[in-house]
Amino acid sequence: MSMQQQYDLVIIGAGPAGMAAAAEAGEAGLNTLVLDEQSSAGGQIYRRIGQPVLQDRSILGQDYYAGEALLAGLSHPLVTHIVEATVWEVSKDKRLFFSVAGKSREVGFKKLLLATGAQERPVPFPGWTLPGVMTCGAAQILLKSSGLTPVEPLVIGGSGPLLLLISCQLIRAGVRIEAIVDTTPVSNYRRALKEIKGAIKGWRYLLKGLRMLKEIRSSGVKYYQSATELSAAPGADGNLASIGFRTGTVQHQLACQTLLVHQGVIPNTQLGRALGLAHQWDEVQQCWKPTLADNGNSSHPDIFIAGDSGGIGGAVAAEVQGRLVANDIAQQLCRTSGTVNRVNRLRKALAAQLVIRPFLDHLYRPLDMFLRPQGETIVCRCEEVSAAEIRGLVKHGCVGPNQTKAFCRSGMGPCQGRQCGSTVAALLADELGNSPAEVGYYNIRFPIKPVSLGELASLDQTD
Amino acid sequence: MVEDLSFKRLPCNERAAVEIVVEGRKVIAYEGDSVAAAVMHAGLRPTRKTALSDVGRAPYCMMGVCFECLMNINGKANIQACMTEVREGMVITVQQGARELVGEIR
Repeated sequence: MSMQQQYDLVIIGAGPAGMAAAAEAGEAGLNTLVLDEQSSAGGQIYRRIGQPVLQDRSILGQDYYAGEALLAGLSHPLVTHIVEATVWEVSKDKRLFFSVAGKSREVGFKKLLLATGAQERPVPFPGWTLPGVMTCGAAQILLKSSGLTPVEPLVIGGSGPLLLLISCQLIRAGVRIEAIVDTTPVSNYRRALKEIKGAIKGWRYLLKGLRMLKEIRSSGVKYYQSATELSAAPGADGNLASIGFRTGTVQHQLACQTLLVHQGVIPNTQLGRALGLAHQWDEVQQCWKPTLADNGNSSHPDIFIAGDSGGIGGAVAAEVQGRLVANDIAQQLCRTSGTVNRVNRLRKALAAQLVIRPFLDHLYRPLDMFLRPQGETIVCRCEEVSAAEIRGLVKHGCVGPNQTKAFCRSGMGPCQGRQCGSTVAALLADELGNSPAEVGYYNIRFPIKPVSLGELASLDQTD
Repeated sequence: MVEDLSFKRLPCNERAAVEIVVEGRKVIAYEGDSVAAAVMHAGLRPTRKTALSDVGRAPYCMMGVCFECLMNINGKANIQACMTEVREGMVITVQQGARELVGEIR
């Protein structure tokens, strides 16, 4: 066996939380390793921030370029940043396995920080698997890392801040948007109003949202509100050709070659699940999240979580959480950490970032059609299992997501349940008349990313 | 591949050009592009056929979560095109159904 390297702290993910945590850890004297799947730091929000692609900086706007300031933390002499690293296993005796360019490596750690960010909430609706339908996040990634804009005619459909942001960014880039189909139901506005106090305290975000709406309105792009019954249909070639939806009593049909969809983001919990960490169902955000102490500690004493992977709070909150958690870890390892004053300042900053969340969570709660789809809508994209099939399993005695695997293979394809896990739990809960909290989630097992036999075998070779 | 399915490129800062082969056609991509981005720029749609019902799929999340962008890259099937950066001379084809076991079993 090769000699495994030991680190005080291993951070998984080089987004805002991971980068900020690395900066603090390096300053506190912790020998730190940052592993990230991408070829450069930034996470999804600050993708390729080290070498911005677009000439026109106004397209992505200031919030994107703010990420540049976080890069310095990764070049601290005590911080090692390994790019294109896929973590596929963490063992109970605090060893971690990852591959880079087809070769596996093993390292040991004292503390582990998961900063794996968010993923877009899966939004099953009729036709969402058609080539040409992709997420708003995917369009943003193409814009940030390659300067690419979607094929027109383009429609953007769904609900949430990212839907407004990508719309504004594409408008600035000169892309023609046929229509924005907003599925936020009117009843959400009523629910959100109860949280208006938080929204006023978080007025900067409120203002940002209003500015985006104004930018969209003044662009003249057709904007449909309170849309329901979203569906996508193929042409003769099998690719997306049109979408349908309803507003009030009016049925609409629009020809398009790209549909960008969005229904908010949810924590990426795959690694924490595989580690067997405790998770809980968040009824307001309609998603699972890890159970965390105030200092970001998970149910395992040496594993911490910061940023959106611990619960959705956005990029700035993630950065502050990364700093706070790294400070706490440094203290636990008896290294110098931030002064009490500084930690208090960070805590205040975090609270200020999170104050608007209840308002946003209520406002952008997805329509039931996306959370609990019906009929032939595909739920498990990998194994092509429909909502009706999953619902039907309940009368055959299926009471939990792990049984659906045996009944119909849902969750057993290459994505390992990342796209169907929350929906399958919601559908079973719907049929059983209880909540996803009672139904539970898939057991996720290592390796959490496909790994070849060659990669496994390469572990045994000394470097 | 059809021209009107091509994702368009905005004015970008200078990056090294990388020549790749997509479905037998030479295509210019740029350093830092993922294979998924490069094939979408080339207008390739779909990028795989499903193993069960042989229907077309294309990149969906672009961040390594959905595994819809599995393609055949340099003779290896089941590779996440959105997580793989283009390299000079890469040969990329649509993945048809499930992967086949290739190579010698020793």
